[in-house]
Amino acid sequence: MAKIKFKINNKIIEAEKGKTILEAAKENGIYVPSLCNHTDLDIKPNCRVCGVEIRGQKKLLTACSTKIEKDMEVFTNTPRVKKARKTNLELIFSQHKEECSDCVWEPNCELLSLAEKNKVTINRFEDRKTNYPVYSFNDVIEFDSSKCIDCRNCVEVCKNQGVGYLEVQKRGHEMKIVPTKKKNIDCIYCGQCIMHCPAGAFESKGEFEAIECALKQKGKTTVVQFAPSIRTSIGEEFCMDYGEVVTEKLIAALRKLGFDYVLDTSTGADFTTTEESEEIVKHIKEKKGLPLLTSCCPSWVRYVEFNYPEYISHLTTARSPQEMLGGIVKTYWAKKKGIDPKDIYMVSIMPCTAKKYEIDRSELKVSGMPSVDCVLTTRELARLLKKKKIDFAKLKPAKLDNLIGEPTGAGVIYGATGGVMESAFRTTYEKLTGKKLKKVDFEQVRGMEGIREAEVTACGNCHKIAVVNGLGNAKKLFDYFRRHPEKNDYTCIEVMACPGGCIGGGGQPLPMDENIRLARANGLYKIDKNTKIRRAHENPIVKKIYKEFFEKDKKARHEILHTTYHKQKRGKVKILK
Amino acid sequence: MKNIIKQIRDSELRGRGGASFSTAKKWQIFLDAKADPIKSDPPRAGKKYIVVNASEGDPQMSKDGYLLKNHLEDVVNGLKISLKFFKGSEAFFYLRKDYYEKHKSRIIRLTKNLPVKIFKKPGEYLAGEETSILEAIEGRRPEPRHKPPYPCACGLFNKPTLVNNVETLYAVSRISQGKYKNERLYCLSGDLKNKGVFELKDGLTIKEILEQTKNLPKNNDYFIQMGGVLGEFLLPKEIDRPLLGLASVVVYDKKITNPILLAQKILKFSMYQNCDKCTPCREGVFRLREEFLKNERNKKILNDIFQVLEDTTLCPLGMLAGNSINSLLTKIINGKD
Repeated sequence: MAKIKFKINNKIIEAEKGKTILEAAKENGIYVPSLCNHTDLDIKPNCRVCGVEIRGQKKLLTACSTKIEKDMEVFTNTPRVKKARKTNLELIFSQHKEECSDCVWEPNCELLSLAEKNKVTINRFEDRKTNYPVYSFNDVIEFDSSKCIDCRNCVEVCKNQGVGYLEVQKRGHEMKIVPTKKKNIDCIYCGQCIMHCPAGAFESKGEFEAIECALKQKGKTTVVQFAPSIRTSIGEEFCMDYGEVVTEKLIAALRKLGFDYVLDTSTGADFTTTEESEEIVKHIKEKKGLPLLTSCCPSWVRYVEFNYPEYISHLTTARSPQEMLGGIVKTYWAKKKGIDPKDIYMVSIMPCTAKKYEIDRSELKVSGMPSVDCVLTTRELARLLKKKKIDFAKLKPAKLDNLIGEPTGAGVIYGATGGVMESAFRTTYEKLTGKKLKKVDFEQVRGMEGIREAEVTACGNCHKIAVVNGLGNAKKLFDYFRRHPEKNDYTCIEVMACPGGCIGGGGQPLPMDENIRLARANGLYKIDKNTKIRRAHENPIVKKIYKEFFEKDKKARHEILHTTYHKQKRGKVKILK
Repeated sequence: MKNIIKQIRDSELRGRGGASFSTAKKWQIFLDAKADPIKSDPPRAGKKYIVVNASEGDPQMSKDGYLLKNHLEDVVNGLKISLKFFKGSEAFFYLRKDYYEKHKSRIIRLTKNLPVKIFKKPGEYLAGEETSILEAIEGRRPEPRHKPPYPCACGLFNKPTLVNNVETLYAVSRISQGKYKNERLYCLSGDLKNKGVFELKDGLTIKEILEQTKNLPKNNDYFIQMGGVLGEFLLPKEIDRPLLGLASVVVYDKKITNPILLAQKILKFSMYQNCDKCTPCREGVFRLREEFLKNERNKKILNDIFQVLEDTTLCPLGMLAGNSINSLLTKIINGKD
């Protein structure tokens, strides 16, 4: 692409033609403030905070939407620009009820940092939204509309997710973002609204109030598990690099918090892979129920149950990793340890808001107990660590507890889009052919494109597989199948609701964009590459527990490792305030 | 027919929607715009669209209605000329709700055999803005689009789109028949004797308009608003200026007009009619109105908001509203003392 020269604040800048002023400035280390701009979303440009002066232009133009031109002269800090920026920020603050201590953006709030940089009088105007309601979407996601600054990022991302649960109502100062009343649309709790709202108006249930409940379980044995993707994301909360691998520090941190036992959900993922592969092999041999759809992602499962009930029977019945591990802990592990399962409090650290919903599904109980008692998101764990003044970056590495110890590399890549499929086919291939895979890397299913496809040849048969990330892409694919059922000749389809898979989940640290997701995913693949055992079914723990427990007790295996699905009714919207 | 653009250019016709852009230039850009065949959208490959805008939403304007009632044949003729000239184009006749109800059947009759669809405006004031119209026809909330791209290059369904005011097409029809004599329709209202729509020459000053319609007040106890509900306010000494914006002139009798109430009315209109997309307009107008509802107005707040409205709004609505109130404030409200 041709580069062009232009000036920002009298400094000559070179950037690719077609870039916006904001992009070119960022690349060249020049800071231009922006709020509604997010690289995942369209340029709107609503907030008007990025207005800059351009020689020859009468009005200020928004840097996020104006493309660079040769010899253009841009000024980002003239008195006129500063004055407009300050006033617009003050107007934005007049809509936004500040609750900074209880905010998902704390301490990285761009709004607040802009206020400080521009000497904004936050309360220059009286908050006009003080009495706006706080909604609860089926007790999973909360939306405090008195914090909303009307940028509409949430509406857009919800639509991009193929959901469209959030709507713009009315006009002018009466405009509101509201959950839709349409009966055929429901929230699937992916939490992408949280990840794309610059004003912290969204959070998951209990995000601030309930984080300590896990530590207050008197007389109980507390067991914690952490999801694959946390190990390359939580470091960001403690000023470490994007995608930095911090598994052992994470284990140390969890011990320091006082958990009695620390386990790895990736080991649970190895069980999921083992069960799921068996299902795939069975379905291939019986030539029915194809394509098999992955079911680790609770948002995706709910999406199918609500929007595509004709595919319910295609979802693998294998439980998600956290549920399998929770179930094993409350049965096999409890027995081994001599602990009454009723005295075990199982906590999951998840990158995900929908996992909070998953643990309440009654189909996932084991002996009448929920397999997992409490879910904390990555953000919540980070907040808890900060509250307890645990200096994460300085912690000495620690190891997992033995009994259900180290995962394989296959279990770790579950956290990135394509990881479940790659893991499943490392195992499935060997089960189908009886031969060992020479190369375990399935490069075709890696990456960040919305829909990726690959073909696996085993025993002379070619199996088409597809990997989808971002529910909007799943909607495209399954709507296409509705119109052209004959085109659905896939053996297996993995769907993750969030962009990039769990590394881009709704419970992850903020900010988040494509580059950050890529860094987090690369961290996971790096772990996989450096792990000795990279096939789930070869995990000695998996082998041992099957031998000692599941192969002897088929009923327990079914109860602990499998689940059922059914058509879902629309969740309830409550107004909390 | 070949020379219609030349004829329009020679007539110096400017768009009658209010922005007064050269019609010949606009038609030339539209003519030159490539209708890209987009593979993903086969039914619309290579299409170009024409939109007839008969949806005036400014409470001071009634000339679209006047034309539909009295000169619909000419308007349709102008549309026919453009459809013929821009080969393969299709048109949308975009009508304000009440105009739609009133004139629908006549329009259907007159556009029989033409590729014309009639579309009822789904909103109010802002839904008549050219890019909001495109959003409305595409089935979304009628809100302004970010420009560029301009509709002539990339408009309805991402195809080149020519949005013309009904009056522009009326003029095109008259030009093609050699009848056009640089006329324009003016709407006069307020505290005066001869209200209504008048056909006079384009480019007149306010004074000339008032004189020619026999409306020029005898004394100086009045002030003027020109260019529509969000237009600038003028003092009697300023009426030698040419009219800008919409062709509307409103005369206010100073003795019976409360300018504060007038400002409140204009601000209420802008507050309810803005699309809410951009901060200065949505929030700024709200806060301006707040100031005008108080006994004491905070000068600093007013000036700060006037600046962001002037400098940073997405579409002209906020800018116009700010300028209008600013002129009312400086000339009439503050000037009074």
